[in-house]
This record gives sequence, structure tokens and C-alpha cells, in this order.
Amino acid sequence: MHTITLHHTLPNVFAARQNEIHSDIWLQDVMLERGRTYLIEAASGTGKSSLCSYLIGYRHDYAGIISFDGRDIRQLSISEWVELRQLSLSTMFQELRLFPELTAWENVQIKNTLTHTKTDADINRWFEALGIADKRNAKVGRMSFGQQQRVALMRALVQPFDFLLADEPISHLDDENGRIMGQLMTEEASRQGATIIITSIGKHIDLAYDETYRL
Amino acid sequence: MNSLIWRLLRQHISIGQLAGFFAANLVGMLIVLLSLQFYTDIIPAFTAEDSFLKNTYIIVSKRVSAVSMFSNTSSLFSDDEIDEIREQPFTRSIGNFTASKYRIYASLSLNGASRIGTDMFFESVPDEFVDIDLDNWVYEEGDEEVPIILPRSYLALYNFGFAQSAQLPKLTEGIISMIQMDLRLRGSRERIELKGRIVGFSTRLNTILAPESFIRWSNQRLAPEQSTLPTRLIVEVNNPTDDNIARFMYDHDYELEDDTLDAGRTTYFLRIVAGIIMAVGLLISALSFYILMLSVFLLVQKNADKMENLLLIGYSPARVAMPYQTLTIGLNVVVLFIAFALLMWLRSYYLTMLQQMFPDLESGSIMPSLLAGLVLLLLVSLINVIAIRGKVQRIWRRKD
Repeated sequence: MHTITLHHTLPNVFAARQNEIHSDIWLQDVMLERGRTYLIEAASGTGKSSLCSYLIGYRHDYAGIISFDGRDIRQLSISEWVELRQLSLSTMFQELRLFPELTAWENVQIKNTLTHTKTDADINRWFEALGIADKRNAKVGRMSFGQQQRVALMRALVQPFDFLLADEPISHLDDENGRIMGQLMTEEASRQGATIIITSIGKHIDLAYDETYRL
Repeated sequence: MNSLIWRLLRQHISIGQLAGFFAANLVGMLIVLLSLQFYTDIIPAFTAEDSFLKNTYIIVSKRVSAVSMFSNTSSLFSDDEIDEIREQPFTRSIGNFTASKYRIYASLSLNGASRIGTDMFFESVPDEFVDIDLDNWVYEEGDEEVPIILPRSYLALYNFGFAQSAQLPKLTEGIISMIQMDLRLRGSRERIELKGRIVGFSTRLNTILAPESFIRWSNQRLAPEQSTLPTRLIVEVNNPTDDNIARFMYDHDYELEDDTLDAGRTTYFLRIVAGIIMAVGLLISALSFYILMLSVFLLVQKNADKMENLLLIGYSPARVAMPYQTLTIGLNVVVLFIAFALLMWLRSYYLTMLQQMFPDLESGSIMPSLLAGLVLLLLVSLINVIAIRGKVQRIWRRKD
């Protein structure tokens, strides 16, 4: 996948106050290209979660057209979405969507066994780098949100992708850990020539953004 | 891979509900299979038994009355009477029973030593009424051996009455047909010694049947002066349950040997009973299936968020549905397997019983119940698989 375009897109809930919308994304023509790094800054209630949901095919309650490589994503079949989620579009969810009854290691493995992209050694190295090597076999449900965010990032990275969508990835992390996460993301993205899209409602990873949008 | 998915999705599985399904489905399946198998096993005893006489044949005789007891001729059918029956609309064809007019003594040796023997008689009907391989049913003048069909009740009489008390072995039809009988025929002028060989048993004919050609030849030779009018007639009718037949016979004071109707009724009755029991089994199966679906739906509901997360990180609906599909199919297969094992065990019991009642009963095939079980399994599993896939797709579309 090379481009994501949003054409005059607006969440249905905003339809009533269409005239009050002043956004770089809603009701605009925006093209996100492969290989670049984007930051989407948002205030609360501006539809950041909605945007992420639309892009990963979780929700479709919007007006306008979102397309991948020129193809309207409303037309994508279930199997096409499955393929996209496995091979082209990786997501780190704001609400993480980890499995609390599994260990940190298993939460990463459940994705890796689907995509077979990383070796155990690779993942172990990440655990070390992110400073949660001792939590490898701890149940995710017993870990802090900041620790869980690091597990969620690793799960997002164990797959090939053209676009990495990270929804508030460091909201609960200190600057040092945020920096390490940014480093891991850019490492993986540049290796694959992929795009990083990061959303933030304030605190954001310090990366060399090609473009910043205000939602 | 699957072990992780399974560890996630097995959360909230209710062992109680699944055990309930398992027990109910097992009972239902067993009842269905058992009724079908029992029906298959028992039905030959009532249908396939009499291959010598078709069901459309009825046997007509005159009623024995106080007057006819002492008269030689009144129990005979005259040519006019035979013609009258022939002309009835229900008659397709008609044949005479011709009796032997001379004395017969038959004996056979058992265990090589003890001989049993008895006076007896033969009758014949036209060959086209005897439904047996014609190679076995011929007698030509000069032949040493006469083929004979015995009433099956004679065999039962021997096996359960005589053999029991005289400590002789019980005989099957197969063994009997290998034994030769010595026949001594005594007419007014001469004696003939022949061998008799039993080629079959009949439930419907209460007589000892020999080929028509033999009776004609032996009567001519041993009792040429005797009348050959028949005492019984065999009539092929279009429909044996036709009321007109009974009315005609009653009006003319004729008697019908109507055991065919009994066998027909028994078969019909058995069919109904087996059908009812099978329906009960199917109902229990259907209810147990309902329990399973409810239990699985509840499970899907409770694990919906996990399943949604799996879908969002790239698992396909088919893969997310697979653990539950495998679970239900596995349960169904195990149920069928155990039901079949139980069926075989129960069958061995009732077959022993049946074999005592009908020594020559060839037990039916297990194929019908095996097939029925497999069809039921496939059907139920298919519905399970489709329903679970539907549930997962609803989660995909965020309908639940």
C-alpha cells in the first residue's frame, strides 16, 4: 500500500456542526504517503479515536471517502481487511487491546505466530531495550499501563507493514522510554520503507515529522 | 498458534453446560440409532421370511362343519366353484392344492442312531405359485430325490418341543436342508422308496409341499382311481386387503388362511413404533443441539471482546471461529462414537435374544444406523459451523 487518502471526510456525529469544523483533516483532501512520518495532534473530542477506527476498518460511520491506493475502503471485503491487517497496516491501539490473561511474551507471540516475522531473539532484544525483560512472563493484566504500552508496541511491530498507526503510544511513559519507543518504531519503519502515523493529545514522541496535522 | 488462541477462547467455557449437552445428545443419538438398528434387525423376521409365497397369494379352503366331517366330498372344490372364484374381479390367477392320495411314511436319522419317523402327506400347487429357484423345484419320473418345502412351524415344534425333551441338537434351516429323509410311499398296488430333501421353509403354507409334477406322477401310479378335486385353492389377488375378498369368502362359507395379514400388521406396527421412538430420539437430539448452541453462543458473547481484538490484530473470522467449531465437532464426533459403541453392546444382547426366538434370522446390516448417525453428525456439525461463523461475522460487523 502506498497512499491513504481522505476526501472530504467527516464523522457522522459532527455532521450537525459541520460549519464549526476547522481541521487539517476533516472535510479536507489529505494524502498520506508511504515512507513518511506524520503527527496528528488533536484536542479531546475532535474525533481522533474515530479517525483511527476508520483507518483500520473498525468503524464506517463517516461521510466522504477514505481510500487506500485509490480504492474506497468501504468496498474492501473481509478477507482484504484481514490481509491488510496482517501485511500492510499495523496498529497500536490507544486502548491497547491486549489480552490480560496472557503474559507479555504471549501477547507478542499471538501476533508473531500469525505473521512469522520476528525471531524469539529479536523480541527478547526489544524486551531488553524497553526495560521490561523481567516482565516477560508476567500476566499483562498485572502490569502498569505504561508497561502494557510497550508490550502493545512490540505486538504492533511483529508484522510487515506499510503504515504504522500509533494512537497515543506514549501517553503513560516517561521521556526516556518514549525516546526508546520512537527509536524502535523508526528503525522498523525505515527498514521497511514504511510510514508512521502518530496521534497525540499533547505529549508526543520526538521524531523528525515530515508533516503535522491538527485535527 | 492455536494453543494461545485456545487458551484465550476457552475462558468462560461451562463444563456443566457442555456435559449436559453431551449426556442429552448421547441419549438422543443412542435412541435414534437403537430404534433404527433394532428395526433393521427384526424386520426380516416378518417380511423376508417367506420367500416361497408372495403376499398377494391367499389360500382358500372350505369351512369344516359338522356335516362335512363325515362326508368325503363336501370339503372338495368342484370345477364350477373354482370357475366362480376365477371370475371374481379380485382374482388374478388361481391354482389347486393337490394332495397325495396314498400313504407316506417319512423317517430320518439323527446322530446316526436314533431314527424318528412319521406318517405324512404331500400337497402341491402349480409351480408358478412357488417362488423358488426352479432348479431346486423339479421332479422328473425316475428321480431318486423329491424336493420338499416344510412349514416353518414344524421346525419350531421340533427345536423347542421335541429336541429339548429328547436331548437332541437344535437344527437350523441350513442344517436341515442337508439332511436326507427316507420316504416310503404305499399305494393300493405297490410301494416306492425315495429320498426327500428339504429345500425350504414356509411360514404361510400349512402343508408339506412337493413339486406338482411329482404329485401328478405319484398319484397316477399309486392311486389312479381316486378323485383329484382339490380341498384348498391358492389364489393370486390384486390386493389382499380388499374387503370384497373377505365378503365373498364369507358369503360362500369359505375360509381364508390370512396369516399374511398378521405379518403385514406386525410389520406396520413395528414400523410405527420404531418411527415414534426414533422421533423421540430425534427430539432429544434436537433439544440437546439447542443446549449446545445456546452454550456456545453464550461463550461467544462472553468472549466477544477477545474475539474482536483478535480480528483487529489480523486474525481472520474463520480462524477465530475455528476453536469453537472444532470444539462442537469434536463433541459431536465423540458422542457418535460412544453412541455407536453402546449400540453395538446393546445389540449383542438383543441379538442373542432374537436368535433364540428366530434361529435362522439373519441379522440386518449396521449400515443404515451407521449412515443415519453419520448424516446426523454431518448435519448437526454443519449447522454448528455455520452458526458459529455467523456469530463471529456479527462481531466483525459489530452487530453484537
